[in-house]
Amino acid sequence: MQTIIEKIEAGQRIDGEEFLRLEREATLHQVGFLANAVRLRLHPEPVVTYVIDRNINYTDICISACKFCAFFKAPEEGGGQVLTRAEMAQKIAETQALGGTQILLQGGLHPDLPLEFYEEMLRFMKATGIHIHGFSPPEIVHFSRLADLPIKTVIERLMAAGLDSIPGGGAEILSNRVRRELAPNKCDADQWIGVMETAHGLGLRTTATMMFGHIETVAERLEHLQRVRDLQDRTGGFTAFIPWPFQPDHTPLAATRRIEKTTAVSYLRMLGLSRIFLDNVRNIQASWVTQGPKIAQLSLFFGANDFGSTMIEENVVAAAGVRFRLSEEEIRRLVREAGFRPQQRLMDYTPV
Amino acid sequence: MAPSPEPTFLYKSLEFKKIGKPLVPEGLLFFAPEAYNIMDAYIERAGLGEILTKVRNGERLTVADGRTLYRHPDIVALGYLANIVRERKNGNQAFFIYNQHINYSNICTNLCKFCAFGKEKGHALAYEMTVEEVKNKVRQRLDEPISEIHMVGGIHPDLPFSYYLDLLRGIKEVRPEVHIQAFTCVEIHHLAQLAGKSVADTLRDLVDAGLGSLPGGGAEVFSPRIRQATCEKKLSGEGWLEVAKTAHRLGLHTNATMLYGHIETVDERLEHLDALRCAQDETNGFLAFIPLAFHPKNTGMAEHASTTGINDLKNIAVSRLMLDNFPHIKAYWVMIGPKLAQVALAFGADDMDGTVKEEVITHMAGAETEQALGHKTLIRLIHEAGRQPVQRDTLYNVLATY
Repeated sequence: MQTIIEKIEAGQRIDGEEFLRLEREATLHQVGFLANAVRLRLHPEPVVTYVIDRNINYTDICISACKFCAFFKAPEEGGGQVLTRAEMAQKIAETQALGGTQILLQGGLHPDLPLEFYEEMLRFMKATGIHIHGFSPPEIVHFSRLADLPIKTVIERLMAAGLDSIPGGGAEILSNRVRRELAPNKCDADQWIGVMETAHGLGLRTTATMMFGHIETVAERLEHLQRVRDLQDRTGGFTAFIPWPFQPDHTPLAATRRIEKTTAVSYLRMLGLSRIFLDNVRNIQASWVTQGPKIAQLSLFFGANDFGSTMIEENVVAAAGVRFRLSEEEIRRLVREAGFRPQQRLMDYTPV
Repeated sequence: MAPSPEPTFLYKSLEFKKIGKPLVPEGLLFFAPEAYNIMDAYIERAGLGEILTKVRNGERLTVADGRTLYRHPDIVALGYLANIVRERKNGNQAFFIYNQHINYSNICTNLCKFCAFGKEKGHALAYEMTVEEVKNKVRQRLDEPISEIHMVGGIHPDLPFSYYLDLLRGIKEVRPEVHIQAFTCVEIHHLAQLAGKSVADTLRDLVDAGLGSLPGGGAEVFSPRIRQATCEKKLSGEGWLEVAKTAHRLGLHTNATMLYGHIETVDERLEHLDALRCAQDETNGFLAFIPLAFHPKNTGMAEHASTTGINDLKNIAVSRLMLDNFPHIKAYWVMIGPKLAQVALAFGADDMDGTVKEEVITHMAGAETEQALGHKTLIRLIHEAGRQPVQRDTLYNVLATY
């Protein structure tokens, strides 16, 4: 342990074995101190950033049927919707009125909307001037299958229509064993990495996420972090990493087997370990949406340097029974009371 | 408290300039090696080296030390320090209790500004339970392994002293083995006036009727400035401490609280903690200290913001460090949420209270926490925090470990 701690202190990279050792043996305080040391090396200024944005889920109709999701509607069950242009325009106008700079645009894997639909949606949205952070890798893989076009072409066409960056959703756990079991219809781990690598190559910045605390093992969490770190070494295209725990309520997975909700201590440990391991990803976001304001504030001492987004609208986590709401003012107060200066930012972390 | 074995000179002779170098020559490591944990170097660098030395040596911290701690920006450093005391006193144990809360009445003549529970007599939301209603509450849960009834209420203008004795007797009739922790020092003072007796004689009567111990409420912040501004009708801080010490001298255990996060200053908090520490030196009757986060909603001080997680943890950690003669520090999950209460087990707290059901007082002030936590959930939270769950009775006797 002493050697590992020294390495982290000296700014050296830890390997997988060392990660596993820390995961097993480090106390909560040690994880905090070490994660904070890495955070302070990358961000010596006492600043915590956040973005003002809104999630727009253009559809909840989805053929993926992931077992951990409480949000989607299968096409055959009916009741699903595709947002109208008028609804979208209103949501964007509301966002801009609140000082919002971006839309996090994601939706289900709709069985038959063509690529042109998404291109038109982007053009329509882009007319408002807002930054579009949209379409996670599973959506892009889905579009490419439906259109029978290579990933690169799909991303290029979406970029030409107005796509500004790609959110890191749909990563779940980047292990094919886990994905086969929980989300067999979704793109696999290699495809997820492939989309991000292609996007980075085309000059798009993206984030990466991890949804943990379901059926994955510690080794699989490590596999996830390793894949993200390796890709980041190749491209440097990830702006941020966002880990959050699975929220089991109302999900098909929780209906079939008992999955205990990840506790705050386990969240803080995983957050800190991610900060320590991903030495090449600049920003780590706290997940107030799943953890609430108190633990999110404490996250700032466990490696997080970003409070994520104000999420004027959020539907997916809310569908799993967790509804925390925070205003921009409240985020700023939490950050200040933790001893940091709050700073609104854009997707690429430039200050507003 | 037993001083820890490390002699001071060893620490003072050491330099912690470089992390990872042996902190003491091998041959000198005859104390617990964790005492020379590499983490100590972080504490030194955080400017808390002197306090760390005192904590390791079991020396009492001064009010000035308390100020340094409260003003320190690194919450994890405070947690690390508090955890040293926490583990010295309670090892890896984390306690919880299976209890039932009963608030016999919210009618109150004090009407403190920070309270959303107390109501004037005649108010639409005012209520009082008859002895029979209270007995029914106890009866309804006879099938559960409840070891404690926790009962407090307002300062009622006209219920007679006999009512309170009947409440205790009634509960004991329905559930003879249960421990009744009831009536804050403020209520006891009021009951003594009703009974026309000394506090000691009043307590004797109540004990004869079934009272087992006193909860820690009504302490708020002892400072006369705070009481003048927020609860001028309430028993004074000195009066509160006098009732507590009287109870201790009669062999009754009590708890103590502090309501933080409103208009109090750091110095007023420390004055409060110091007063409790002095009282405990005299009587040694306090079991637990429970920092209570102010909840502004529906109170006369609704313009204040809720406390943040860092503030909550800071009060737990600093109280653990300052109250060196209190055996237990409780993270009351009803106040700060189960998530933060779990984290608090590494920041000085050793107790999560219990499976409280029907909590009313904090929820009337807008608490968004659950009203009850199952016993299995509590056990899991404690396990995941790396602690040993211990079900206790009111006096911290072990009933079961998990």
